[in-house]
This record gives sequence, C-alpha cells and structure tokens, in this order.
Amino acid sequence: MSAMSSSNWDRRSVLRAAAGLAALGPLAACGSNNGRSGGGSSGKNLTQYFHAYGEAGTEQAIKKYAKAYDKANVTTQWITGSNFESKLFSALLTDNAPDVFEFHPQIQLVESGQVADLTDLIAPVKDDFNQADIASHTIDGKIWGIRMIDDPQFFFYRKSLLADAGIEPPATLDELVEAAAKLTTDKVKGVFLGNSITPVMNPLIWSTGANTLTDDNKIAYHTDEVAAGLKQLRTMFKDGHLLLDAPADWWDPSALTQGLVAIQWCGMWAMPVIQQALGDDVGIFPFPQSADAGKPAVTNGGWSMFVNAKSKNIDAAKEYVKWLWIDQKEYQEDWALSYGFHIPPRASLAASATKLKSGLPAEGVKLFDEYGHFDNPAWTQAMIVALEGVVADTVRKGGDPQAALDKADKTVERELKKLFG
Amino acid sequence: MSTTTTSGVAQSPAAAGTPTKVRKRRGVRGRTLSFWLFTGPFLIGLAVFVYIPIGWSAYLSFFEARYTVTPSTFVGFDNYSYMLTNDKFTESLVTFTVFAAFIVPVTWAFSLGLALLVNRLRFMRAFFRSVFFLPTAVSFVAASLIWKMSIFSGVRFGLMNTVIGWFGVENIAWLANPNPPWYWLVIVTVRLWLQAGFYMILFLAALQNIPPELYEAAAIDGAKRGWQTFRHITLPQLRATSTAVILLLLVAAFQAFDEFFNLLAKTTWGRPPLVELYYTALGESQDYGAGSAGAMILTLLICVVTLAQGRFMGFGKGEEAK
Repeated sequence: MSAMSSSNWDRRSVLRAAAGLAALGPLAACGSNNGRSGGGSSGKNLTQYFHAYGEAGTEQAIKKYAKAYDKANVTTQWITGSNFESKLFSALLTDNAPDVFEFHPQIQLVESGQVADLTDLIAPVKDDFNQADIASHTIDGKIWGIRMIDDPQFFFYRKSLLADAGIEPPATLDELVEAAAKLTTDKVKGVFLGNSITPVMNPLIWSTGANTLTDDNKIAYHTDEVAAGLKQLRTMFKDGHLLLDAPADWWDPSALTQGLVAIQWCGMWAMPVIQQALGDDVGIFPFPQSADAGKPAVTNGGWSMFVNAKSKNIDAAKEYVKWLWIDQKEYQEDWALSYGFHIPPRASLAASATKLKSGLPAEGVKLFDEYGHFDNPAWTQAMIVALEGVVADTVRKGGDPQAALDKADKTVERELKKLFG
Repeated sequence: MSTTTTSGVAQSPAAAGTPTKVRKRRGVRGRTLSFWLFTGPFLIGLAVFVYIPIGWSAYLSFFEARYTVTPSTFVGFDNYSYMLTNDKFTESLVTFTVFAAFIVPVTWAFSLGLALLVNRLRFMRAFFRSVFFLPTAVSFVAASLIWKMSIFSGVRFGLMNTVIGWFGVENIAWLANPNPPWYWLVIVTVRLWLQAGFYMILFLAALQNIPPELYEAAAIDGAKRGWQTFRHITLPQLRATSTAVILLLLVAAFQAFDEFFNLLAKTTWGRPPLVELYYTALGESQDYGAGSAGAMILTLLICVVTLAQGRFMGFGKGEEAK
C-alpha cells in the first residue's frame, strides 16, 4: 500500500514537473538566444535571405562568402519553392526579419521603410556600376539597393529543329506564331513560355512599343497593340503549339535540353547547362517585334541586395553588404560567372569577363545592351500580379483582352493612388 | 465551534489541525494547481496563436494596413467594402461553394463505401484498413506535387497522359488549361486520396457499434440483405457519424488551401477564399487590412454555414435526433 502511495506521488510529481516545464518552455524561449541577430553579446550575428538559385553550387558559394567574412557571423536562409516573396514580406514584419535580403528594386520597400538607404556605400563606386541599374535603384535621389547580377531573358532555340522545319529565328510575333505551328510534332512542342505564360507579359508590352508605366507613373500597358499581342499568344495556346504543364518551369532549361520543345523562354543563367547539353545546336533571339511601332525586347532581370531598415544590427549589415557586393570583386565575379552566366553590374567586371566575350554569351550581352528593359521600381508586386491575371484570363482562359486589361487597370490604379496619391 | 470542510462533514476544533484536513485542503489546492498546470500551457497557446491573432485581425480590418501590421490610419468599413466588391474574392466564394458541393458528398460516399467493404472482410481487414488510412499521414503539399509533376503532368511522359496515349488520346494539359476544367479532377482526386481513409475509420467504428440484433430482427421480419437493410438499418444508425463527418468535411473544405495553392499557381480561376486571402495579404499586395477584412467575412460565413448545417442535420441533439 505504501509502495503504491509512493508510486502515485512519484507519478504526480513527474507529471507536475512535466507540466511545469511545458508551461515554462515558451517563457524560457522568449529569453533564449536563438542564434539570430542581437542574440550574441557583440550583436554581430546577421541573417541573409536568398531565394534558391537553380544553378549547382550557388548555395555553397553564398555560404562560402558569408563564412569568409570575419566581422560578423552571417547565417544564410536559402529559401526553396516559388513563394520567396511571400516568405520575405511576412518575415519583414516580424522580429525574425532578415538583416540582409535579396530582391528587386520596388518603391513600396522604400515607402514602407523596409529598406535602408545605401547611397553612402555606393557613392565611391557609383560610376563603375551599370548606370541603368543605378537608375532603377534610385528613389527620391537615394540609392536603396546594390545590384548583384543582371539577368537578361530571351528565347533559346534548337538550330537543327528550325533548320529541319525550314524556318529562320522569328523576327515578328506573327512569325513566332507560325514557327510554333511548324515546329510542333507529336513529340515536340513549338514554344515554351513558362507554365503560366506570365514571363513574357512584359516583353510583349515592350515589343509593341508600349511600356508598363509612363515616366510620370500612369498606366501605359493598356493599348490595342498589347491586346492584339495577347490574342496571338492565345492562338498558340489554343492550337496546342505551346508546351504546358512541364515538370520544370521556364527558368529551368530542361524542357529544351530534354527535347520537349524547340524554342524556350529562359535566362542567360541557363546558358552553360544548355551548351553542355546541346553543344552548338542552340541559338538565341529576343522577344520579337509585335507592332509597327515596337521593336524586339529582352527582360533585364536580376537580383539586388538590400539591408533591412529595421535590423537591430543595421550598421553591421551595411558593412557586410559593402564588403561582399562592393569590395570583394573576386566573389562578385565568381557569383556572376562560375555557376550560371549573369552579367556583372560592375562595368569593370563586365569588361574583364572573358566568358562573356565570345560565342553565345557575347550574343546574350549584345541583346542585353540593344533590347534590354531594366527594372522600374514603380512597377510593384501588386501590379505584376494584376498583369499575370491578364495572361491567365486571356491567353489561357480565352477571355476578351480589353476586358481583362480593364480589370487590371482597377488594381494598378488603386496601387498607383496609394503610392503616389 | 465547528468547521465545515469542503465535503460538508463537521469536525471538532480539536480535529481542525489533523493531517486529514491539511491533506484535504492541499488536495483542493493541489487539484486547482494541477488543473492550471495542465491546461495553462494549452490556454496560453490558444490565446497566443488563436485568440490574439483573431483579435488583431479584426483590429487590422478597420485600418489602412499595407506593408505593416501596426497601422495608424483608421478607415472604418472601407476594407470590408473593398473585399465585398472585389470580383476575385466573391469569385473565390463561388469556387468554394462548387468545391464543397462536390467534395463533401463524394468524400462521404467514398469513405462510407470503403468502410462497408473493409467491414465485410473476413481476413486481412487490418491490412486494408491500414492501406486506406496511410495516405492520411501524407502532407497535402507532397501529395499535390506528386499529382502535379508525376501523375497529371501535362507532358507526354506524365502517368495519365501515358495511359490515355495507349488509347490514342492526345496529351492533356491537366492544370494549365481551364477549358475544359480538368484541374477539378486533379484537385478532387488528391483530396479524396488524402482524406477518405480517415473518414473510413470513423464509419468503421460506427458500423461496428450497430447491434447485430437489429439485422437479425430485420431478417426475421423478412428484410432482404443488401440495399434494403443498408437503407433501413445501417444508414439511419450512422446518422450521428454521418452528421459529424459532413461537418468535418465542410470545415476542411472551407480550409482548403494547400492543393489549390500548389496545383494552380498564377491562375485567376480555382482559387478558394483562403488562397485569395493569402494573395491579398501576403507576398503580393501585402494589404493586411483588406486581407483581415476578408478573413472576418469568411469567419462569419463559416459560423453561419456551420450553425445552419448543424441545425439542419440535428447535430448535438443526441438520442432524440435519431
């Protein structure tokens, strides 16, 4: 009996202790050092967010650079999946926000006080940067981010397949539609514009001679020529000449290298992999001219480094960003040219990049210079999504382009009103 | 002077300081302490992760809260007005209604069918029960990716396209093309595969609780085995379980997110309310005020539908409902 009592007491004690520990756990966690910035005694812990690059070795490279920095302990979050933006924006609202993160220049980052002014970091080397990149990162006279890489996007094509079909690389959108039809067989589709087809929305606008916004931030994309271009994309979709539902999306060249498609929209980053797989059987061309007033278009994408304005270690974060993306030219070159091909935004690095001096990479640089369109910081995420909706409604669903553009106008105008009054 | 203990037994003063009373007082305090120790962490969790966010969301819904969750500009019901006149949000409610109207009865019937089959097995019952239940352990995200990239991939080597190819049918872009809306087949099958096993277990438990005497009595009265006994005995006896299953299915349908999000990226169709709210409040617009207003509208809607459904089905009425 006594043994039983003792046993009961012991069991209760254990349960009470366990419950007590469970109750104290969250409280204890509140005060613990979770390894993030501010946790260490010196305050020299930094966290940086990167989206997952597809090129092999990129994650290791970023971590290698971070490890080489001796003035702070830099932790990298390598965010896989397609919703990097969602994770970044939600994190920026919390105490767990990254100190340093990559993104594209967008005005709402500045308006909402989410990014720090980096003008003083860049000022000494401002002239060595691509001036279009400097312009796209300048808002209210201040520079808010440092471009890490420039990523031109254009069409890659299999020379042999076009030759077999007796066609030249398309110079107009009409020719692209015709080529897609001629190249489509029961095994190979004509063109891959991405599973959502949205990557070519901006090039389509530019190729008609229009733009997303005017210089004074008014809607500029809503034109008859853009509506007509959407109808042509719809023709390719409806007639079954586009590759759809591919296992890997447009940023991955496997649809082209695996022989699923003859022409694919992709970025210059994929060039080494494509050349390795196809040898000389590959060429590139810009998004073709879509209206008399237009001209071919290339998207000059890329990624830039920003410092979280609310970081507890803002000075340390700025120091790290300056060290890596301004001082360490060796790492910048490695990042731009050792994995995929990107154009270094530093003019001196771009000039000395031998890998970009000949062959297909040199053609890519030429298209970048000749037809490239850089980021417009006033063209925000909400506006991008509005036009993605237009592509979904018109090209994939078969809706009226003018009605879809009207619908997008409402969203974009609401956004413009909130940003610029 | 006597002292009354919690048990109502009068004790003499001399007995007041006895170990028995001390133990009883400690017992009450101890039980109270134990209660709070055991429930406290969960109450804290509930408050921190459920009630405070709901309250904060309600607060945000009355403010201009773009790119911030600590806003200062009060806008009254503007966010509610915006969401209720927002085509995308109202279309998402229609999408949900279509989805729920289909997935709830189909899952109910499929789960019940599986339970009836497994219940009739004389051997390997545990094996089949486990086989059908196992998908419950798979995440919606993983299952969606398998469905999207392997089974319903739009290219020629996707499993379904390979199968239909044997019959001379051309490849189908299951998810990219909304006309015809094959994407519903993908969404419904993945959810059925993931959920049916769980509800099958509930029905199995209920089936095994039906007294065999009822079937014996029915047989004596001349009822034929099969449809007749199923309709007049089995189905009425499963009413309470069916009600609970339908309620759970309806709530799960309201919460549908993962498969839609992972299967239908960058579409303007097939977006249930949670996906629409996610796009409104996170990642793109970062409009936490409008997103919160939509969440409040959705919460109200779920409450109304659940109460109406419970009332219609007689949920919670116990025996008299039977």
